[in-house]
Amino acid sequence: MQYQSQAVAKPYFIAAIGLFVGQILFGLILGLQYVLGDFLFPEIPFNVARMVHTNLLIVWLLFGFMGGAYYMIPEESETELFSPKLALAMFWIFLVAGAATIVGYLAVPYATLAELTGNNILETMGREFLEQPLPTKLGIVVVALAFLFNITMTVLKGKKTAIATVLLIGLWGLAVFFLFSFYNPVNVVLDKFFWWWTVHLWVEGVWELILGSFLAFVLIKTTGVDREVIEKWLYVIVTLTLITGIIGTGHHYYWIGTPEYWQWWGSIFSALEPIPFFAMTVFAFNMVNRRRRDHPNKAAVLWALGCGVMAFLGAGVWGFLHTLAPVNYYTHGTQITAAHGHMAFYGAYVMVVLMMISYAMPIMRGRAANSNKSQVIEMWAFWLMTIAMVFITLFLTAAGILQVWLQRASDAPLPFMVAQDKIALFYWMREWSGVVFLIGLILYILSFFVGGKEEKAA
Amino acid sequence: MSGAFTKSMARNIFYGGTVFFFLLFLALSFDTHSQLPKRDMRANITPQIAEGKKLWEVNNCIGCHTLMGEGAYFAPELANVVVRYGDEGTKAFIQSRPKEGIPGRRSMPQFNFTDEQLDAIVAFLKHVNSINDANWPPNDQG
Repeated sequence: MQYQSQAVAKPYFIAAIGLFVGQILFGLILGLQYVLGDFLFPEIPFNVARMVHTNLLIVWLLFGFMGGAYYMIPEESETELFSPKLALAMFWIFLVAGAATIVGYLAVPYATLAELTGNNILETMGREFLEQPLPTKLGIVVVALAFLFNITMTVLKGKKTAIATVLLIGLWGLAVFFLFSFYNPVNVVLDKFFWWWTVHLWVEGVWELILGSFLAFVLIKTTGVDREVIEKWLYVIVTLTLITGIIGTGHHYYWIGTPEYWQWWGSIFSALEPIPFFAMTVFAFNMVNRRRRDHPNKAAVLWALGCGVMAFLGAGVWGFLHTLAPVNYYTHGTQITAAHGHMAFYGAYVMVVLMMISYAMPIMRGRAANSNKSQVIEMWAFWLMTIAMVFITLFLTAAGILQVWLQRASDAPLPFMVAQDKIALFYWMREWSGVVFLIGLILYILSFFVGGKEEKAA
Repeated sequence: MSGAFTKSMARNIFYGGTVFFFLLFLALSFDTHSQLPKRDMRANITPQIAEGKKLWEVNNCIGCHTLMGEGAYFAPELANVVVRYGDEGTKAFIQSRPKEGIPGRRSMPQFNFTDEQLDAIVAFLKHVNSINDANWPPNDQG
């Protein structure tokens, strides 16, 4: 570790992995509820389990982003973190707030939670992914601002590299667009319109900047390729991201009461959204091929390459599959969307955080890389989780195509639940793939506890 | 990428492109807002519909259902549920959910709504159904 204060990333990464386990366990509950409808009912209804699953994902990715930033920024800016104490305080606040929110979801009915947490003062709850009670939302803002202050001050007192700048723009964008979660007008069209300013401009906008800068950082460290080359690539990728992704928001404005011209804007620009992801894949492979050194941490390089490929497949290809308005007319709100959501989040954001953890964690534990034995287990985890996710996506896609046919496109459309019963086989296969994913995740955690001959710190 | 294309050129294109397309997005959003009153039926929003939307939210209906295609994919689309079930049928369905669920089936919780609350929920869903959403969904099954 070049700077002592980088070590504050460690608790963030540990918390991220812990919450990741919770997310996957609830994913398995949800998958089972798809086929055994009354599983855990009425104690944990589907909507509650889903909230826990998606909110844990968001929170652990945020832990990963913050941990990644705390690790990376001192090294990029060549100075100690502005305030490690503040970073540690924010860690505990965020962890306690996150845990309390999850307990709240599980302990009381959602309407009671809304009543107890002051939803009547400012109604923000009950919208997909933004279900958090008002105190949690405010907590997220406080933690985000303290975090941004800390990171920004560090960059301001140190070197301002392109990688650090892109990360800062991404993180500030994340905070700014979250503010739209506080805007919930009675007019449902306006509500939905601005809801996407948080959700879409996060995952298909500013989060990709965070992704790109993490990827660039790890590629510099592991390949030894010239910074000038890598940073030029980074600028090109994030340019492509934002010039396609911002107007690409239009692909959510086809069927929610917004004017029809969005079908053109949304289709054309979002059809271009795979390009930045493709560029990321080419970037990762190119840099690794042109490497000037062989970094002992093979696992981190594998995550970097995997992230490029899977983000392109999940976000790029599976996004394109249903983004054109005439196609989306039939696929909107079906299992096709679920298929895309799973692989895109895994390929882009889960993998980039795991890449960052894979690279930084051994260094924070006083070695350049884990032992060969530990890396082999981590790579098994990589392949099990990644292949499981490919199959989850394929089965959901099959379910989605059948759903579209049975419920929307055939001459005699079937009611929703009748169609669901006919595609249950695919939900079962998705659930088994989920079990394989969990096995991969357990191996991943085990890899941290495997000893062996470790690579000495550089 | 050849040497003629430098990092600072890439950086300038990044800032310029981002600002340009963000402004374009703002312009389109502004235009959308001028057209929305004709499409979102805001003139018809009553306190009852507002109450219905609040009930929709605080019971996390979107955690299972979709509304205009957005939400979870566990239970049917509800923007047009009144077309399938009618006002009374929709209310009767919500009211008749067994507390312990239906064995082996996807089950909706029993929310114990009052009659006024049921009226508000149906008023909200009928309002959503009246919005001009480019003729989505493709058929009444949602």
